[in-house]
Amino acid sequence: MMSAKTVQPSAPLRWTIGLFLATWCLIAAFPLFWIAVMSFKLPVDAFSANPLTVIFGPQTRAAGQGLSLLDLALGLATLAALYVVAAKKLGGWVERVAGETWLPLGWVVGGLLYGAVAAGVLVVLLPAVAGGLEAVVRPIPLVGLLAEPAIGLTLEHYANIWFEQEFYRNFINSLVVTAGVVTISLTVGTLAGYALARTRSSLAFWLLISALIFRALPHSVLVSGYLPPFINSAEILEPFLGDAAPTLYGQPWAVILVLVAINQPFTIWMLRSFFANIPAELDEAARVDGCTHFGAFRRVIMPVMWPGVITTGLFSFLLAYNDFLVTSLLLDAQNQTMVPAIASFFNRETTTTDQVRAVAAAVSITAPLFLLVIVFQRQIVSGLTAGAVKG
Amino acid sequence: MRPRTFFAFVGPSLVLMILFIAIPLVSVFLQSFWQTQTVFERVEIENCTPGFPAPNCTTQTVTRPLLDESGRTVTETIYVGLDAYRAVVQPEAVAAAFAAGEDFWSRLSNIDFWKALRFTLTFTLITLPLVVGLGLAIALAVNAALRSLRGPIIFVSLLPFIVTPVIGALSIRWLFIGDGILTNALEAMTGTQIFMFAQGWTIEILMLTYRVWHVAPFAFVVFYAGLQTVNQDTLESAVIDGASRFERLRYVVIPHLMPLIVFVSLIHLMDAYRVFEEVIGFSSQAHRISLQFLTYDFLMPDDSGNRSISRASASSMLTMIGIVILLVPLLMRTWRDYKPRG
Repeated sequence: MMSAKTVQPSAPLRWTIGLFLATWCLIAAFPLFWIAVMSFKLPVDAFSANPLTVIFGPQTRAAGQGLSLLDLALGLATLAALYVVAAKKLGGWVERVAGETWLPLGWVVGGLLYGAVAAGVLVVLLPAVAGGLEAVVRPIPLVGLLAEPAIGLTLEHYANIWFEQEFYRNFINSLVVTAGVVTISLTVGTLAGYALARTRSSLAFWLLISALIFRALPHSVLVSGYLPPFINSAEILEPFLGDAAPTLYGQPWAVILVLVAINQPFTIWMLRSFFANIPAELDEAARVDGCTHFGAFRRVIMPVMWPGVITTGLFSFLLAYNDFLVTSLLLDAQNQTMVPAIASFFNRETTTTDQVRAVAAAVSITAPLFLLVIVFQRQIVSGLTAGAVKG
Repeated sequence: MRPRTFFAFVGPSLVLMILFIAIPLVSVFLQSFWQTQTVFERVEIENCTPGFPAPNCTTQTVTRPLLDESGRTVTETIYVGLDAYRAVVQPEAVAAAFAAGEDFWSRLSNIDFWKALRFTLTFTLITLPLVVGLGLAIALAVNAALRSLRGPIIFVSLLPFIVTPVIGALSIRWLFIGDGILTNALEAMTGTQIFMFAQGWTIEILMLTYRVWHVAPFAFVVFYAGLQTVNQDTLESAVIDGASRFERLRYVVIPHLMPLIVFVSLIHLMDAYRVFEEVIGFSSQAHRISLQFLTYDFLMPDDSGNRSISRASASSMLTMIGIVILLVPLLMRTWRDYKPRG
């Protein structure tokens, strides 16, 4: 083994590297951090030219909405605790409670439970505790300053978009579409990926090649194919289904199927490479013992496939959740998901209040993704590299 | 695995792909040659106002949509050949621009399709080296950083990659819009008034910046994984032979990463060619549009509620020709990798 000394960077180089990484991290996180800060301020502060005004929000504080240093300390501690729980503990708990077979279901339930608990702690418990503490501390001289508002913060933009503008409907639509896409895409894709990994026929080869071509297609090409039949589907299907013929345009389940199909090429490539890593001897042994192919798949492969499936599922989730083009063209206003819905917020932008509301909507969309990276960082990284190493 | 079993496993996925990818492709191809339009009829309407000695009558010829018995508009589908393509590419306008001589480029960039093509190609080709270079730089830096710092750095780096593209673009736009803090900082530095969204080229720079910010983490993670498998013995011999840090990078590390660089480049080419969300996020349609946005714009209902499906199909087909050209090297590679075993 080479001694570590010889490749140890010299001091100036180490400093350069450190500086470069710090700059990169700043650039990577800054835009997202900044819109999060803006979303909690009154428009005057949020669009101020002075960055300090944006951070401390004097107008927002003057309007009587603010956080004291005490709140801030408590809040940061809570956030840190929630991060540690999500990143370090949650995976272990889920694996222990759910066991191998039910792992994905465990993740879904665990994730939802965690989200609910986190929201409860942040929205109900934290303000109550902080309020109580402030009331105790305030009369004490000097220490009482800790309880005075230091940073302006308001939740009114969130309250406005989520309830008055009914953004929660878009959230539910997003939830339905995303859940549908992930479930169907994984069910269908796992079967196909497994078969593709266990066969050497030229048919499989051509299937994978065409999947690769499909993967590269711009989605607008496909949507121009869907639109006319989707809008007229009631007339087209009438001879077969009679009056029950549905208009596919605007139907969430039709969009789910479309997104599943668009996502299928990527899913089968990725799952195929995961299954290729599971030794074929495993299911061959089960087949020798008298299992059918399906039996071998269910009893032997299913228990060991979850890491790959979860990773692929994350990417399906991202595709469905982040999609703008397909959902904005194929869904009407009342079934709209969150990402296209936000376009109506920022296109309105007549007043700065509208703009800050759009910012708050944007932050609301980003928050679940943020949680996703915290919990699944390892899987995302392994998914990104799996595609590269396997081609 | 017997063909029957194989089909049972692959069946559902195959059906979905045929139904929702292959068939739409064929129908887009056909749609680009046919046009569905409302049938209009010309009718003479006589309007009479009371008058003396005879009522005052005027006869007007009115064009109005033909209605069937149930009151719906009648549509007909006619074969228009390459008309839709002509409407998109506008060969006459190109010829006119060519004849005009020196301001050929500025005239050409007034035509939507050519404007979109120009932007899409510059976008793809300029971001490519930036993404690969920045990704490689971060990967090398993280590889040299303290082990305990690597996890948090990867976490922060993943954020731009995972964020919804439209939202990512918006978050950068809000930093620059109007008197946004970064515009303000730039103005303070240069001492001039800056309006980032008033002209095309500044928006274009923002769009390029956003894309590099968004994709560099992907390149970084892939290269970082590749760096973990660099052959330590080769590196050690290079050190013994007196190779400098740069020479080790040039002759050992980069060749080792070459397949990954090719992979990242191809994926990036495919994705950047589909550039679309930036146009929405930065609202750049007045100045800069992309090929995919051109199709999207045709598909969106216009003021009278019509969608120009056949033009959208024509521009889709043209976009696809570009993708096929980009894909050839990737397909060749897959062919080589798979065929010997297959």
